[in-house]
Amino acid sequence: MRALLKMVEVETKLFLRDSATVMFGVLFPAALLLGLGAIPALREASPETGGLRSIDVWAPTALVFGMVMIAVQHVPAVIATYRERGILRRLSTTPAHPRSVLLAQMIVAFASVFVSAALMIFLAWAVLDIAPPERPLEFLVAFVVGYAALLGLGMMSAAVVRTSSAANQIGTLLFVALMFFGGAFLPRVLMPDLLREVGEFVPPGLQALTAAWSAEAGEITATAGGQPFWLQIAIMAGIAVIASAIAAKLFRWE
Amino acid sequence: MTALEVRNLHKRYGHHVAVNDVSFAVEEGEIFGIIGPNGAGKTTTVECIAGLRKPDSGSISVLGIDPAKGRAEVRERLGVQLQESSFPDAIKVAEALELYSSFYRDPADWRELMERVGLTQKRNAHYKALSGGQKQRLSIALALVGNPKVAILDELTTGLDPQARRDTWSLIERVRDTGVTILLVTHFMDEAERLSDRIAVIDGGRVAAVDTPAGLIAQASAVQQVRFRMRQPLDKGVLTELPDVTDVEITEGRWLVTGRGQLLSSVAGALARAQVVAEDLRVDQRNLDDAFAAFTGRTPEAREPSERRGD
Repeated sequence: MRALLKMVEVETKLFLRDSATVMFGVLFPAALLLGLGAIPALREASPETGGLRSIDVWAPTALVFGMVMIAVQHVPAVIATYRERGILRRLSTTPAHPRSVLLAQMIVAFASVFVSAALMIFLAWAVLDIAPPERPLEFLVAFVVGYAALLGLGMMSAAVVRTSSAANQIGTLLFVALMFFGGAFLPRVLMPDLLREVGEFVPPGLQALTAAWSAEAGEITATAGGQPFWLQIAIMAGIAVIASAIAAKLFRWE
Repeated sequence: MTALEVRNLHKRYGHHVAVNDVSFAVEEGEIFGIIGPNGAGKTTTVECIAGLRKPDSGSISVLGIDPAKGRAEVRERLGVQLQESSFPDAIKVAEALELYSSFYRDPADWRELMERVGLTQKRNAHYKALSGGQKQRLSIALALVGNPKVAILDELTTGLDPQARRDTWSLIERVRDTGVTILLVTHFMDEAERLSDRIAVIDGGRVAAVDTPAGLIAQASAVQQVRFRMRQPLDKGVLTELPDVTDVEITEGRWLVTGRGQLLSSVAGALARAQVVAEDLRVDQRNLDDAFAAFTGRTPEAREPSERRGD
């Protein structure tokens, strides 16, 4: 336990020293939302977004940006580097199992998205007058379970890649794919129903997050054939469990 | 007491036999060197001892414990400095030491250790910013932070400049003086000769010889040669009649005496009795390089400067 706490402490420091990740993973989502919020057109209610402002509907996407960044890009790259450079190997000769370094990584990854989300939600409320999540408990569940699913995907990539550059390539691919469904390139409101429904199966489960944040926005992005909230959560939980199990099965220490 | 014992160790990777019946025993408090060419099986042997690989057959005992069974206990008491291991770029020297000390039940005082390896000035330096010698010293300190009884040091000074190598050597001697048994894996003959109490020469997965450095040299250098120049005439018989001498050649005042045993003192004594003066008297000094070549049939120069893992 002492070793794990120490490891979380050191991994946190290492995370904070990695300025690119701090910037893109933690600070960028808030900056992105504020940047878009500075465009007057996006702050106006429009019939296309069912009378809400574009920025209201788009806010959860900014949040997903930081989650995806850390889960599928940062964490696998760190673990691949640790494996490639023999850091895991060295750890396996000590009484601390290298498993604890993975656990520490995940704890830090969770902590950093909590900070990222809290910062973004606060600034969105304070600056852009976007109301904080209406159903905080459900939002928290959707957030945690959705992030666990994302992290499961990240760990699968971390389990199999041999080098940190391969981790970066897979990470970029996953990032683009996940952010597409996350509505970063085409707002979800404008997506055909089919894409939106597929998106309910894609971590972190943006529809559930949106609906828990704002029922109104959730209704706008929901489709007739969509799954109910708790089923979406269950799907994300299933992905998290299956992906983690596969990652654990495939994981190579060397 | 035996600190470390390897008996009839076998390990193969597919069709490649990496370790073929290796046995040796390391006594408590000694520095035991393992030398051998690339692919000799040194690193595989060490990895089996450290519990990183499972031997196909044979037994290993670290302080009386089998690393395959009592992994946790062996990790508490065995310090390892691996050839291919590293630390995160952005970790600071003090953080790495404090982190690693938190893994052990009864760790050494990491601050004192940091002082001992001369890194106190660099305590806040990132790992990335350390020189090769400083990284190596940190790695040694981390191998010792758990207060181990036995430490394995694999390719300790590869890539270091001569001054850093000498500093590292004296550090290892100081560590030994604290009672830690050290298993030193190296391909540098001078390093093995300087540090080891005993050496195992491993070649082709087998132990070719185990002895003290001097013993290995003596074994390998049964034949010695003494050369000198002499202006005065002298009967060849004065030297050929000596029991240690097997052959004498004279070309234009240059003498080459071949023999064994205490050749130099026999020759010098005979020359003194004959009241002649030899100039440029030289013994062809055998060193561990020659011994290595004699045991493995290879010259040390022909080997690569570093050995890859998994040989």
